[in-house]
This record gives sequence, structure tokens and C-alpha cells, in this order.
Amino acid sequence: MHINKASAVVKKKSFLSALLILILSILSLFVLKDIALALILLFVAVALIAVNFLIISRRLFDVLGTRFMLIVVLFVLALFFLLIIVLLNGSGILLEHQSIGDLLFSSAWKPFSNHFGLFAVIIDTLIVTAISMVIAVPISLLTAVYITEYAPTRLRNMIRPFIDVLAGVPSVVFGLCALLVFIPVVRDYIAPFFGVVTSSGFCLFTASLILSIMVFPIIISLCVESFSSIPLALKEASLSVGATKWETVKKVIFRASGPGVLSAIFLGFGRAFGETIAVSMVIGNQELIPRTLFGSGQTLASLIANNYTEVASIPLLASALIFVALILFVVVLIFNICGFLVLRRASKRWKY
Amino acid sequence: MLASLAIVIGSLILIVSVIVLNGASSLSLEMLTQTSEGSFYLGSGGGFLNAIVGSLLLALPATAFAFIISVCIAMYLQKEFIPSRFSSFIRICLDIMWGIPSIVYGVFALTIMIALGLHGGSVLFGIFALTLLEIPIITRSVDESIKVVPHGLKESAYSLGSTRFETSLHVVRRQAMPGIVAGILLGFGRGIGDAASILLTVGDSNYFPTSVLDQTAALPTIILNLAGMPEKTVQNKAYAVAFVLLLIVLSISILTRYFTKKSSKYIIK
Repeated sequence: MHINKASAVVKKKSFLSALLILILSILSLFVLKDIALALILLFVAVALIAVNFLIISRRLFDVLGTRFMLIVVLFVLALFFLLIIVLLNGSGILLEHQSIGDLLFSSAWKPFSNHFGLFAVIIDTLIVTAISMVIAVPISLLTAVYITEYAPTRLRNMIRPFIDVLAGVPSVVFGLCALLVFIPVVRDYIAPFFGVVTSSGFCLFTASLILSIMVFPIIISLCVESFSSIPLALKEASLSVGATKWETVKKVIFRASGPGVLSAIFLGFGRAFGETIAVSMVIGNQELIPRTLFGSGQTLASLIANNYTEVASIPLLASALIFVALILFVVVLIFNICGFLVLRRASKRWKY
Repeated sequence: MLASLAIVIGSLILIVSVIVLNGASSLSLEMLTQTSEGSFYLGSGGGFLNAIVGSLLLALPATAFAFIISVCIAMYLQKEFIPSRFSSFIRICLDIMWGIPSIVYGVFALTIMIALGLHGGSVLFGIFALTLLEIPIITRSVDESIKVVPHGLKESAYSLGSTRFETSLHVVRRQAMPGIVAGILLGFGRGIGDAASILLTVGDSNYFPTSVLDQTAALPTIILNLAGMPEKTVQNKAYAVAFVLLLIVLSISILTRYFTKKSSKYIIK
């Protein structure tokens, strides 16, 4: 009885929403004059009404719902594999023109004479990512330890929202700040300090700085999560045998949460590696290996962002950019698999 | 340790204050209520209302699609529906999707767009790229909250005779509500702020888009355009736009905290 009532309510609701969508569809046809949108809405409305009449039994409802979820899952998996196929297919055109060794190990990027060498860009990407991780990892780890172990509860509750906000700031905003603050600082103080007077500020080092700030919240929040999941008894055992707090942190907490910390670092690396906009705003955008850290460069991701406008005029360039995207994808894939394997091994070794 | 904490907090305060100080001073009401009539980039009047509308037109439908898809996936990943081998395979795929840089989604959408013979950009493919970007984010959040639904609760629903789908729809959905809300808002915040994927797919325009195949301006892309202009007065407008974007993102972050707290009231532990 109760179930019949509930399904009647559901029917009424979905019928009303179908009517609403139908009205929207008519509106979009006559007011916006957009036939495609009207058709899509009409389709949705008809589907809703059809489903409404179809629901005769709860069993059928269950089967239909489950099928629908399965279809959605398969759809997303199909999209994922379509992504791989499109990337492979698109870079195939370039690979017919130029060998893969030549692409990866020559550093002349000359789209106008149809020669694409990515060596310099790859090296720049590695340098920028490595420096940003060197800056970000120790700072984030120490912050995470402070938040979980040392900070009083009130301070901890105050810091957490800050980290969340930092995680949500759009990358273009980071880039804008770097443009205004970091570039003059690097140009006028940091580069001369290291003996480079000719730096414009648009350099690998600035890019690494801004990337490390962008990576902070990822590593911190994941580390805080895994630090706070360590059983209290483990810490207390360490403290009770006379270890100081720092010794406990070093020997117990870091070790017990090793897998979590590792996967946090992997994720941070992935973010730094693929970040596009903030980097392309400050790195100077030149496809060469600079002699110092304070020279201009280009990363794989920013290469795509800076060259896509000329895709229409140079046919092979599109293929080259797809190839760059493929490299990004493959690196992310390898990192995920490595992270997965390392995690499995590590969680076996660092069992507690 | 305190020094590293100070660096992290300091960098956040630095970024927010730079944007707020520069943005608030160059922002005017005119900018928020007018479209950019071409002269906006040249230093004279005009505003960026079309970019605000464009950004919402991209991020809202993308979040809606991603929400439907993600909730379906996350519900289906429960062990009632699917053997754990497949579900761990799907989870790995989603982790990889989570890690893919957004520019790769941009390239993917751009390639399909060129293959279909469209040039310049369109709202539709911007939505497509953003949806792909948001699916793993929302799914992860929903999945995490479904995982901690107590098993006894589901079992009691089954013992009363409800089907798997009904249990998911009524019992698990309510338990997972904080995760769903947080996921939607996280995804929306990420979608509205992401420049790389829409840079390649939506093009640029000075007016409101009138159809799904039109080009449109969006907040992150016009920040990028404005910041690249040589004149100082035009560059300052970038801070005004960034200020608006930051306001949107910050208010989403506050909304997330509020709604997760509110929706976790009904949870049975």
C-alpha cells in the first residue's frame, strides 16, 4: 500500500517534470529559435513520459534502473577508450612523416618547415616538475605533520578551510599572481642573487615556484588524511617507550603512512606535470633548453596551449599537438600504474 | 614546521590579497553589466557580462551531465551490482581520468570538433570537455561517501523487500548526500575555473552565445587574453575578472561547507 503511494508520488513528480521540459522545448523552439536544443529537450520529455507509462512493476523499474546505470558506466568507459584511440590515431599522421626517435630526441621545433622536435620541451618539463616537487614535497609534508600532530584543535580547524580554498583557486589566477608578484621578484632579486643578471623573470624557476604552490594543497590534504588514519595506539606505544615526539613522527608516522604519502606525491607530480595555463603565462614560451634556470623555456602542456591557434594553417601541427597530448596521457598512465604497484608493495612492507 | 605552514598560508594570503586589492580597485559596475563590444580589449569601456554568462553556460550543463553520470557510476560500483574485479578496473580507469591534464581533454574535444568540420569553437564541445573533466572528480567524491554507508542499513532495506535499485535510490542516496553535494560543488568549482580545456574548444566572442554551436567567451579565457595585452590599463582589467572568478570559487567553497554540514544531519551512522 505504502509502496503504491510512493510510486504514485514518483510518477506524479516525473510527469510534472516531463511537462516542464516539454514547455522549455517549445520555448526554445519559438523564442531562442534553436532547433537542436528543442529536439534534445523534446527527446528527454518523451523519454520521461515513456518511462512513466512503462513503470508498471517495481521489478521492471529495478531492471530498467540497473540497465541504465550499466549503460552509463559502459558509455564512460567507451569515451575513455575513444580518447586513447583518437590520440593514437591523430598522432599516427605525424609518425608517418617523422620517426618517433626524431620526434623525441631532436630539439628543433619548427612547425613552419614541418619539423617537430620535442627534446628541449621534454627536458624543460622534467626540470620544471622536478624543481617544483623539490620545493613542494618537504614543505607540504612538514605542514601536514604540523596540522595533524602539533597544532591545537582550534588552529587545525582554522587551517583546513584555508587548504581547501587553496585547492580550489583556478590555475589562471595563480598565473596572474605569478605575473604580478613572482616575475619581478625573480627578475630583480633571485636571479641576480644566483649571478644571472639578464633574466627577464619569464623563466623555468618562476614556473616551478608557482607550480609548487599549486601542488601544496593536494599533497597536504592527502597526507593529513593518511596521517590521521594511523591508530592512536601506535603513536602511544612509541611515546611510551621514551621516543620524543619528533622521533615518533619520523619513525612511526612517516613509516606507517608511507603508502599514503607516496601516492600523495605521485598525485602532486601528476598535477605539476600537466599544469598548463599558469605555466604558459610565466615560462616565456621558447622551445629550447635554457643555459640557466632563469632562462625561458616551454613545457609539454604549455606547448599545446601556445600553438593550437595555428592548427588550421599547418596541417601537421594538429597531429604534432595530439602527439604531445598522447605523451602527457601516457606519462599519467605510467604514473598511475607505478603508483598502484608501489602502493601495493609498500603497503605489504610497511604493514602495522 | 611552523615556517612551512607560514609559507603555505602566506602564499594563499598573498594570492588572494593580490587579486582582491588589484581587482577591487579596477572593477566597476559597468564591467559587470555590459558585454565586451570589442573595445574592451583596447582599453575603453565595455564589460565582461558575456564571459560570466558564457562561463555559467559552460559549467552548469557540464556539472549537470557529470552529476548524472557520476552518480550512476558510483552507485553501480557497489558490490551488489558488479563483481569487485570489474569495479576495481573501473576505479583505476577513473583514477587515470582524474590524473589526465585538462588540456588533453581540450585536445580530445578539439580533434573531434575538427573531424566534424567545426572550426573556431562551440559551447557544445566546451561542455563536452568540461564534463569529461568533472566526471572523475564527482565520482570519486560520491564513491568515497557510498563506501562508508553501513552495510546493516542496506541489509535492513533488502530484508524489507526493496530491490537493489530502490535501496540505492532511497537509502544509499540519502546516506551519501554530503558526498554528492560536495562532489557537485567541487566539480562545478573546478569546471568554472579551468582554462586549459575550454581554451581550445570554445573560441572567443564579444556577445552572448545564441546556440550551442556558437563561440563564447568565458572568464578564465578572457583573463588569459587580457593578461597577454601589452597595455597596463588593459592588464588591470584581468585582475577585475580574476576577482570575480575568485569570488565565485570562494563562495562555492563556503557553500560546500554549509551544504555538507546541512545534508549530513540526516545520516544514520
